[in-house]
Amino acid sequence: MNTQDNIILKVENLSKVFAVKPEPIEALMDINLEIYAGEIFGIIGLSGAGKSTLIRCLNLLEKPTSGRVFFKGRDLSALPKSELLKLRQSMGMIFQSFNLFQQRSAIENICYPLEIARVSREQRLSRARKLLELVGLPDRETATPSELSGGQQQRVAIARALATSPSVLLCDEATSALDPSTTDSILALLKKINRELGVTIVLITHEMSVVERICDRVAVIDRSRIVEVGSVTEIFVRPQSAIARQLVFPGGELVERLTGDTALRIVFDGESSFEPVLANMVLACQAPVNILSADSKNIEGRAYGQMLIQLPDDPAAQRRIHEYLKSRNITFTEEIWHDNA
Amino acid sequence: MTTLELLRLLGQGLLETLYMTLISTFLSYLIGLPLGMLLTVTDKKGLRPNRAVNLTLGFVINMLRSVPFLILAVAIIPFTRLVVGTSIGSTATIVPLVVAAAPYVARMIESSLREVDAGVIEAARSMGSSDRQVLFKVMVPEAKPSLMVGATIATTTILGYSAMAGFMAGGGLGTIAINYGYHRYNTGIMLYTVALLIIVVQIIQEAGLHLARRLDRRRRAE
Repeated sequence: MNTQDNIILKVENLSKVFAVKPEPIEALMDINLEIYAGEIFGIIGLSGAGKSTLIRCLNLLEKPTSGRVFFKGRDLSALPKSELLKLRQSMGMIFQSFNLFQQRSAIENICYPLEIARVSREQRLSRARKLLELVGLPDRETATPSELSGGQQQRVAIARALATSPSVLLCDEATSALDPSTTDSILALLKKINRELGVTIVLITHEMSVVERICDRVAVIDRSRIVEVGSVTEIFVRPQSAIARQLVFPGGELVERLTGDTALRIVFDGESSFEPVLANMVLACQAPVNILSADSKNIEGRAYGQMLIQLPDDPAAQRRIHEYLKSRNITFTEEIWHDNA
Repeated sequence: MTTLELLRLLGQGLLETLYMTLISTFLSYLIGLPLGMLLTVTDKKGLRPNRAVNLTLGFVINMLRSVPFLILAVAIIPFTRLVVGTSIGSTATIVPLVVAAAPYVARMIESSLREVDAGVIEAARSMGSSDRQVLFKVMVPEAKPSLMVGATIATTTILGYSAMAGFMAGGGLGTIAINYGYHRYNTGIMLYTVALLIIVVQIIQEAGLHLARRLDRRRRAE
């Protein structure tokens, strides 16, 4: 359950201003976030929205100008430097460009954080080997980063970030430099780490597809502010902010442009998955409908999205359709649609 | 002069040149390495930015580097005498060589360390590395191939300076070239010494680059 005691990371009134010329840049303004232990939390926004700065504020790689960050209830900015360095061992981080040590082999990369943590050599090696196994590269121990593909490098980076058994993994656009199929495999790996090791994952991305595939909750950031926070389902079904709508329906605001006459917007919120709603409705109501637009996605085997249908002019048929949708607990709203054609 | 005498002369000169070059390079690194690290660390984007230290150190280094080597060598003769008791011969030449080369080495170190990917440094910091660990366990090892190339260039530059010191009786092949070639118009001996210098530079250069390649664990992109 997501309760107050379960908050692992909390951001309070956080702002970050970069003092650059000619004008200071307000990268983050009044950010408030609560991230629960064990969840996969996404932060989505367009480039320049401030998400990279935000994720760096979570482990204080960037020092907030004002506001506070709490990790397991401890105020990070109040910690002495030595304590902060130690605490970073509980927060792994991976990056868009992998950032592996080029002069170290895969296993030596994974050993590095353990060296910092003063773990003995034998223990380092046995832990690193287990992690290579976990990320699916048990046979690439001695390979150097330049001998590995992008996806393999990110796997080594994930193993390295997990070496000190952190409770949080921060992912900075971890799949943005990868091709679609590699992205899928890395996301599957992150999900496995979350489920099997219970590691809380915070990821930033500009791709809605990443959020829909692995996140439990998501925050939408736009022009330095959080404009929306909610479960992935909520954001998909009822995006409140313009930026969230743009991210959910990147095809443009097609639905918004159709106005006039009688139309219904049907919302698929994951409950009405594989039932052929529309076909059943047409059969049950004995009324033809016209699909004006549809945008649905399959998330974890359930249907999410919206569909806009034009109703017949007959009021009785319209009533039957309303009744049918209500009886099936399907969310819908009436729309006015002008046929301009 | 018999061939044997000539060989003995050139052999003696070669040994002195190598002695000056290697000792000077070593001492220049002893001084230049920490200075180069200090320059990198105190840089605006460094681990511990410190404008005052960075500007002061940078100014002193630039000043020393702007003075032509022969003028510097003459100017610090009193200092050289203070350190080694004389101002002529190969041991005395080591003093101005180090004074001239240490700032040069510091800049080479700085430029090599600066090449280390900022993302890699950030990753190291995200794992809880201290500044010292970032510098010694990440930046220096990551810059190793580049540092080796720098050391090769520094060594050959110091070798060139040491030959220049021939003008002030600095010993080594430079002195032989000046004494026989310039003062006595013995072009033959001068050409032998120059040829010998070229061969030594070639060997150092090739060996250094070979070592740099062997140290580098990145594979060249196909």
